[in-house]
Amino acid sequence: MTRPWLLWLPLAVIAFIGGLAIYGLLVPKDELVRSAMVGQKLPQFALAPATAGVQGLASSDMADGKPRLLNIFASWCIPCKAEAPHLETLKKAGVEIDAIAVRDRPEDVAVFLDQFGNPFRRIGADNEMAVQLMLGSSGVPETYVIGSDGKISYQHIGDIREEHVPMLLEKLAEAK
Amino acid sequence: MMAEAGLAALWLAAAMALLQLAGGLSLIGDGKLASLIRPAAMVQGALCVFSFCALIWLFWITDLSVLLVASNSHIDKPAIFKIAGTWGNHEGSMLLWVTVMALSGAAIALLEKRIDAKTLGATLGVQAVVSLGFFAFLLFSSNPFERLVPAPAQGAGLNPLLQDIGLAFHPPTLYIGYVGLSVAFSFAVGALLTRQVGPAFARAMRPWVLGAWIFLTLGITAGSYWAYYELGWGGWWFWDPVENASLMPWLAATALLHSVSVLATRNALRAWTIMLALVAFAMSMAGTFLVRSGVLTSVHSFAVDPERGAFILTLMLVYTGAAFVLFALRIGTVRQGEPFQLVSREGAIVANNIFLSVILGIVLIGTLYPLAAEALGDKISVGPPYFNKATVPIALLLMLALLLGPMLRWRRDEIARHKYWLVGFFAIILWSGVAVWQFAPGVGIFPTLGIAFALALAVASFVPLKGRNLLRTPLPIYGMVIAHFGLAVSVFGMASESGFSKESLTALSPGQSAQVAGWTVKLDDVNPAIGDNWVGIQGEMLANRGGKTFALHPQSRQFFQPEMQTSEAALLTRWNGQLYAVLAQPDERTGKWQVRLWWKPYVTFIWFGGALVALGGLIALLGRMLRRPRKPAKNNWASE
Repeated sequence: MTRPWLLWLPLAVIAFIGGLAIYGLLVPKDELVRSAMVGQKLPQFALAPATAGVQGLASSDMADGKPRLLNIFASWCIPCKAEAPHLETLKKAGVEIDAIAVRDRPEDVAVFLDQFGNPFRRIGADNEMAVQLMLGSSGVPETYVIGSDGKISYQHIGDIREEHVPMLLEKLAEAK
Repeated sequence: MMAEAGLAALWLAAAMALLQLAGGLSLIGDGKLASLIRPAAMVQGALCVFSFCALIWLFWITDLSVLLVASNSHIDKPAIFKIAGTWGNHEGSMLLWVTVMALSGAAIALLEKRIDAKTLGATLGVQAVVSLGFFAFLLFSSNPFERLVPAPAQGAGLNPLLQDIGLAFHPPTLYIGYVGLSVAFSFAVGALLTRQVGPAFARAMRPWVLGAWIFLTLGITAGSYWAYYELGWGGWWFWDPVENASLMPWLAATALLHSVSVLATRNALRAWTIMLALVAFAMSMAGTFLVRSGVLTSVHSFAVDPERGAFILTLMLVYTGAAFVLFALRIGTVRQGEPFQLVSREGAIVANNIFLSVILGIVLIGTLYPLAAEALGDKISVGPPYFNKATVPIALLLMLALLLGPMLRWRRDEIARHKYWLVGFFAIILWSGVAVWQFAPGVGIFPTLGIAFALALAVASFVPLKGRNLLRTPLPIYGMVIAHFGLAVSVFGMASESGFSKESLTALSPGQSAQVAGWTVKLDDVNPAIGDNWVGIQGEMLANRGGKTFALHPQSRQFFQPEMQTSEAALLTRWNGQLYAVLAQPDERTGKWQVRLWWKPYVTFIWFGGALVALGGLIALLGRMLRRPRKPAKNNWASE
């Protein structure tokens, strides 16, 4: 026992664990997985049309220098149905919206568009979730703001609610 | 009526703990109340047993006017799960904890005669403090006997994952282990208080450490097997935070078990043994905290409640914090133990302790790292790649130390004395390593070394019996041999499973077959199946290898109370491995069924080895308990 300070080491370790545990209890858990692609250039991809009568989506389609929204959805996703009217509102406000349907079937996408409207310019089919993963998205629905410089400037996780509409319009204006 | 009686018994037991504490405190002064300590501990034990039996009774008759029964049981639940439901929930498991703790206190009061009265009084006093914390927890925030008005007609049921025979054993075994470590903690603090850290103290504490360790070994082994067949992922260890939470006390207890032997036999490693006893209990409290608080995301999140987590955290910080302050202040005044050479039994046990502590540190860091990273604004999860890469090399070193350690002499030895054995072990390792590479060239370094070291250890573990009269060999030696051999068996299974498992994921229509590792598995049909409280589908499969055919029936179950889906893997056990089949949902487009098959060679050795390790512990414990207590040796507390 030559070094008395060593004797306090276990106490320090316990205090550290305790501190971490208290932090873990006090700070509410944030379960959202944010994309590391925000601020990066939109990755290269080309997707086939998600259903008959719509156009497919490639990254080059979004390189026209206009800010826009890229919505990731699926016909089997319930919050996607809930956000449909608010996407419609955004479209009426003059926003161009492209979409990617994840793990979906053409006939189901057609039914979805029939029922909940089609605010989208183009809809690509991402059956293997490959493009979704490239974008750093971990679920549906998610909506990305793509700036006029072709970079992803904002990621909205979850369905778009009424109160999000003005916020997204602002983000789009910033991304010009 | 029964609920009220149970609750009253709990309050009375808490009052007994208070008396026990008063008796312990009086030892500082005139010791007038010291005669209260033992009777108070015994009565407390009896009252807690009554209270626990009352709760089992309420679950047995499904008394739905009790909130806990209504929210965890259901009239349609099979009888065995009604009883297991008693501790398959937070309140009941805490009552079990307190009961086992009170019983341990009663047992110490009744049986312990090796240590001096003052240290015993201090030990029971400390135990009373620990119990009071848990009584407060039970009575103020987790009352298991709370009534529900009006009583519901049915009850909510038990999480279907838990409606399994594994549940009847897994949590209580771990809890008994944790409580055993709390007893070791009380002994350590008691000995620190009276400065009686010596062989007598070590011999008194050892059975508790050994008992706790046996239960922890069984609990972890059973938990691993339960996860393996119930979760349907085919894995047996996931480095899930809560698994780690049970592994960490085990690692500390294993180290403690070895160092306490050194203290008992050779009167060395005093400070270290005390510290390990405190660490082991700190780890079991931390484990309980992690399970209950939900601070870390885990498969065990069915047990989450942050408020209760805060209570357990407070208890943990107060107890272990105070104990470590006492340790830091006091241990300097405990005399150094006996010296020993580096090459000696003590030296090998120090190596064992260092390796185990390093593994404990690695697991602790990996488990808490995500939380620390989150505090710094980063989001990270730490998974098997880290844990495997970091712990396996140390575990392999530990096995190397284990080859030689048990045959070394106490105090000092010469490596040269054992050179033939060393050459022999090296030959086994080399031979089996080369054999593995011949048989499966691409297999990784860890499985290869794991198998090679396991074979060498299987031989080495019996060496301590050499030259002994087998009839007169003390039971603890047999216990050690069996436990070390069990470790070899278990490591062999782990290495074989991780290196040689074969997997096949296919979609089959009825009538089609899939191949895996020489097995042909045919999906004959998929039929509906029903149980007491679930409906589901069952695959009728026929597995064929070498002309023999076996039936397999994997299921996918849908439970109602509460609603949940589970998959029941079908396992076909052969002596040299298991065929593991999972039936998943149908693919709607093609009408085929997703079938997942694994062949896992020697996988059962993992748990069989674990059971052998626990059996070794049990034999050692029996040996310690059956041996006549030594005559009050004159050097018994000559240590001070």
